[in-house]
Amino acid sequence: MSIYAKAIPDKPKSNAVRRILIFVIVFSLISWGFTGLGWNGIMPSATGTIIGMWNGIIHPDVDYLTNWTVDGLPYAVVETIAIAISGTFVSGVLAIPFALLASQNIVGQKVSKIGKFIITMIRTFPELILALIFIGIVGPGAPAGILALGVHSIGMLGKLYSESIESMDIGVKEALESCGGNNMEVLFRAVIPQVAPEFLSYTLFRFEINMRAAATLGLVGAGGIGAPLIFAIRGRFWERAGIIVIVLIITVTIIDFISGRIRKKLV
Amino acid sequence: MNQDLANKLPLRPSKAKFYSNIGLILAILISSAWFSGFNVFEIFANLRFAFRLLNSLFFPPAWDYADNVIGPLLETVQMAIVGSFVGAVLAFPAAVLAANNFIKIKGLNTGIRLMLNFFRTIPALVLASLFVAIFGIGSFAGIVALSIFSFGLISKMTYESIEAIDYGQVEAIISLGGNKMNILRYAIIPQVLPQYMSYTLYAFEVNVRAAAVLGYVGAGGVGQTYQIWLDLRRFDRVGIIIMISFVAVLIIDFISSSIRRRLV
Repeated sequence: MSIYAKAIPDKPKSNAVRRILIFVIVFSLISWGFTGLGWNGIMPSATGTIIGMWNGIIHPDVDYLTNWTVDGLPYAVVETIAIAISGTFVSGVLAIPFALLASQNIVGQKVSKIGKFIITMIRTFPELILALIFIGIVGPGAPAGILALGVHSIGMLGKLYSESIESMDIGVKEALESCGGNNMEVLFRAVIPQVAPEFLSYTLFRFEINMRAAATLGLVGAGGIGAPLIFAIRGRFWERAGIIVIVLIITVTIIDFISGRIRKKLV
Repeated sequence: MNQDLANKLPLRPSKAKFYSNIGLILAILISSAWFSGFNVFEIFANLRFAFRLLNSLFFPPAWDYADNVIGPLLETVQMAIVGSFVGAVLAFPAAVLAANNFIKIKGLNTGIRLMLNFFRTIPALVLASLFVAIFGIGSFAGIVALSIFSFGLISKMTYESIEAIDYGQVEAIISLGGNKMNILRYAIIPQVLPQYMSYTLYAFEVNVRAAAVLGYVGAGGVGQTYQIWLDLRRFDRVGIIIMISFVAVLIIDFISSSIRRRLV
């Protein structure tokens, strides 16, 4: 009998006190959150606004879509894509030194901790604020947006790059060294071929995110589709806001699709 | 003999495709840099403005204004908590309906996924400015925007987790005569619960960062006064807001990600 009793493992002990404590903490945090709901009722004009939005979505401003000048929608869309591409490229290049600095197998445990902390700090700094700062430097326009994306994305790309450097197969490097390969040969024949597909894939993933970010940078004046969108929303030009949102969703979806296909091929 | 050997060796992959890809990428990069007027030299030439600006932002810090930042900062955290909570509650049923290994109705799965995709495509800041038009200026518009945004994020990640569960447990329950509810309760929920909670915490981290800037469009939180102080060129006050919210976000990120590491 006792043999069978042993064969069945004991039920895991649940620490009731700890569970209750966690529940109380989580519950009080959430309730505290709800005390800041800031409910001032709906705007008296809300019904009209919602009807306006709905009308804007079903009767979008098609003239704006076919306006091929600098003030038209196509220009803003292309500019947004250009900002996302250039910003991603800048961060893709800048992230490499940061990633090396954060990789344990390159610079050792202590330095990599510092590198990781720097990367976390960059990631935490909001890109909208970066955009505001860069507008102060290069003036309003697309370059400020590119710089904001370029710097902010180092935070994510640096982290992902360093993870892929850390998980690299050291054997290949050792094989080359044992055959008398020099540092350059090790870099080009062992390191780059191993990490390049992952780097490219992460960069494309970041490009998808930057596409969405580039669409909002215009709100602060850093170029792209965000500026006409915020003007349309603030001025209640719902037909125009409607066409911008529709085009934005279609563009982002198409880019996600293409980029996702390439990423699947890469890794 | 030589011919035989040559046939056995695999052909060297052609480099033509590699070079044409590189050419295409370069063309895309150069044309986007040209289109957006990105000029590296101009940036280096303007570097002194950067130092001047950073100087006026952070030196000396406007400590006397710090008290006025704490209130909006707490409001930012509250917005993020409520936004991720509401998003998470709504996300679970959506994720269950979107996972194609639990409810095998292709139309329903695809429909829900399209809806989720739609929500994730609209940036939180744009959602917030739309809701400001409906609910007026204040944190409520921001909370609604964050809820919708986290709903899209959490459901996408959760339905992918549901699809990746160990299906053996589901089959075990089916073979014992269990119904759909039993499968959900005893096979799916126990397997995805830690990940679901981890995703919720992740959404909370993203929300804290997003909430810190939502104020720019009038949707509450610590960002609300950025615009005013920038227009008045009180950069020291902008600087102290940036600094305090930056430190707060770093601390919240640290706590939340260490909980997440223990969860999964």
